[in-house]
Amino acid sequence: MTSHTDIDATATGEAMIAMSRVEKWYGAFKALTDINLAVRKGERIVLCGPSGSGKSTLIRCINHLESYQKGEIRVGGTLLGNNARTIDAVRREVGMVFQHFNLFPHMTVLQNCMLAPMRSLGASKAEAEASARSLLGRVKIVEQADKYPAQLSGGQQQRVAIARALCMRPKVMLFDEPTSALDPEMVKEVLDTMIGLAEEGMTMICVTHEMGFARKVADRVIFMSEGEIVEEAPPAAFFTAPRQERTRKFLGEILHAH
Amino acid sequence: MNYQLDFTPVIEGLPALLSACLGTFTLALGGMALAIVIGIGGVVLRDSHFAPARWLVKSFVELIRNTPFLVQIYFIYFALPLAGVRLDPTPTAVIALGINGGAYAIEIIRGGVQSISKGQIEAGLALGLHKAQVFRLIVLKPALRAIFPSLTSQFVLLTLTTSICSAISAYELTSVAQRIESDSFRSFEVFGTITLFYLVISWVMMRFFALISARYFSYPVK
Ligand SMILES: Nc1ncnc2c1ncn2[C@@H]1O[C@H](COP(=O)(O)OP(=O)(O)O)[C@@H](O)[C@H]1O
Ligand SMILES: [Mg+2]
Repeated sequence: MTSHTDIDATATGEAMIAMSRVEKWYGAFKALTDINLAVRKGERIVLCGPSGSGKSTLIRCINHLESYQKGEIRVGGTLLGNNARTIDAVRREVGMVFQHFNLFPHMTVLQNCMLAPMRSLGASKAEAEASARSLLGRVKIVEQADKYPAQLSGGQQQRVAIARALCMRPKVMLFDEPTSALDPEMVKEVLDTMIGLAEEGMTMICVTHEMGFARKVADRVIFMSEGEIVEEAPPAAFFTAPRQERTRKFLGEILHAH
Repeated sequence: MNYQLDFTPVIEGLPALLSACLGTFTLALGGMALAIVIGIGGVVLRDSHFAPARWLVKSFVELIRNTPFLVQIYFIYFALPLAGVRLDPTPTAVIALGINGGAYAIEIIRGGVQSISKGQIEAGLALGLHKAQVFRLIVLKPALRAIFPSLTSQFVLLTLTTSICSAISAYELTSVAQRIESDSFRSFEVFGTITLFYLVISWVMMRFFALISARYFSYPVK
C-alpha cells in the first residue's frame, strides 16, 4: 500500500502525469522525440495525429507497456523507472482501454471486472463483486454481467472494458482509439460513456480521431507527427486556427473523411 | 488353415486381463498428469528470460522426440539405480510416460500460448497483474482450449504407449496378456482380445477428454 501514499502525497498541486524530454526507440527506430507533456488532475487530453505518429507509443509509455530510453515520466509523482516496484505502483493507478477491447474470453463480464481488484489489490470477493456491479451499472451493462465477451456487441464489450479498468479505481484513464474498431452505430454509446467519465472529473488521455468528442470534452488537443508533439491547443483554437502546416494538412484529411 | 480357435485361456484369464486394464489406465493417467506438469512448466521455462533454462528445455524436447520410447524407458529403468534411485516398474513407467508425453506437450502447449494475442497479455499487465498471474489467469486456459484437440490425440497415443511398458514388466494390459500367451500359446486369441480392449480404452480416453473440454473449455467464442 505504500505505493498509494507515495502517489497521493506528491500528486497534490502537481501534474498527474509529467513527461519530460522523453525519447523512445524501437531498436534503431526513434518512435518518440523529446516528449514534454504535463497533465493536471482532472484534465482531459485528446491526442491525435496520423497513423504511425507515435500516439499509442506515447500513452503506452505512461503505464510502461513500453519502456522509454531517455527523459522522465512521473505519474502522480512516482518516477516511473525500469523496476517492478514503480511499474506496479503506476499500473495500479492508471487504467487503459484498448482499441480491440481485450476482454478475457474465458471469463464472464463480472469475472473480467473482478479479476484485477482481487488479484492485484487484494480485494475480497464480495468487495470486488459489489464494485464491479456498480461500475457495470454506470456503463449501463449490469444486466449482461453473467455473459461471456463473445456474446456481446463491440460497443458493449468496450463499455465492459471501461468498467473493468474503472474497477481498479484508477486516477488516470488512457484510451487508445477506443472506438476505431467499432461499427459506426456503436461509437456513440462508447463516447457517451467516456463523456460521462470526463464530466465526473476523471483525468484522461484519449487517442481518438472523434473530433466531436474532442470539441466537447477536451481541455487540450495535442497533435503528434513522426514521434513529436507538433502542436497543442484548446479545441476551439486547435480546430479553427491550427498554427502548423502539418496540423492543417491532418485536419483537412480527417475532416474530409468524415 | 487348420488352426483351431480356443478362447478358454482368454476366458480363464479374463479377470486378470480386466484388472490389467486398470493398470493401463493408472499408467496413462499418471503419465498424463506428469506430462501436463512438464508441459506447462516447460513452456514457462522455454519462453523465460533465462537463457540456460530455454536451452535446457529445447535440448530436452529434442532429446525425447528424437529417441525411441523403448530406449527411454530402459534407460530410466536401468540408469536410475546407478544414481541410487530404486523404483518399481510401475512408478518407473509413469515417469517415463510423463517425460515422453511432457516433451510433446511442451511443443503443443507452446503453440497454444503463442496463439494468444498480445493484447490479452497487455490488458492483464495494464490492470496491474504480474507476468506470472497473467500467464496463469489469462493466457493458460484459452491456450489450452486452442490446442486441446492436439493434446487429446497426443494423450491417446500416450495411453497406447503404455503397452511398451511391458518391456520392464510394469503392471498393465500387454504384460498380463504376454504372460497368458506364453502359458497357453494362444497368441491370436490373446492379442486379438486385447486389441479390442485397447480400442475401448482409447474410446474411454477420448470421452474423458471430451468431458473435460465440455466442462472447462465450452465458453463461447466468436
Ligand atoms: N513494437 C514495435 N516495434 C517496432 N516498431 C514499432 C513497434 N510499435 C510501434 N512501432 C513503430 O513506431 C511508430 C509509432 O507507432 P504507434 O505508436 O503505434 O503509432 P500510432 O499509434 O500513432 O499509429 C510506427 O512507425 C510504428 O511502426
Ligand atoms: Mg495506435
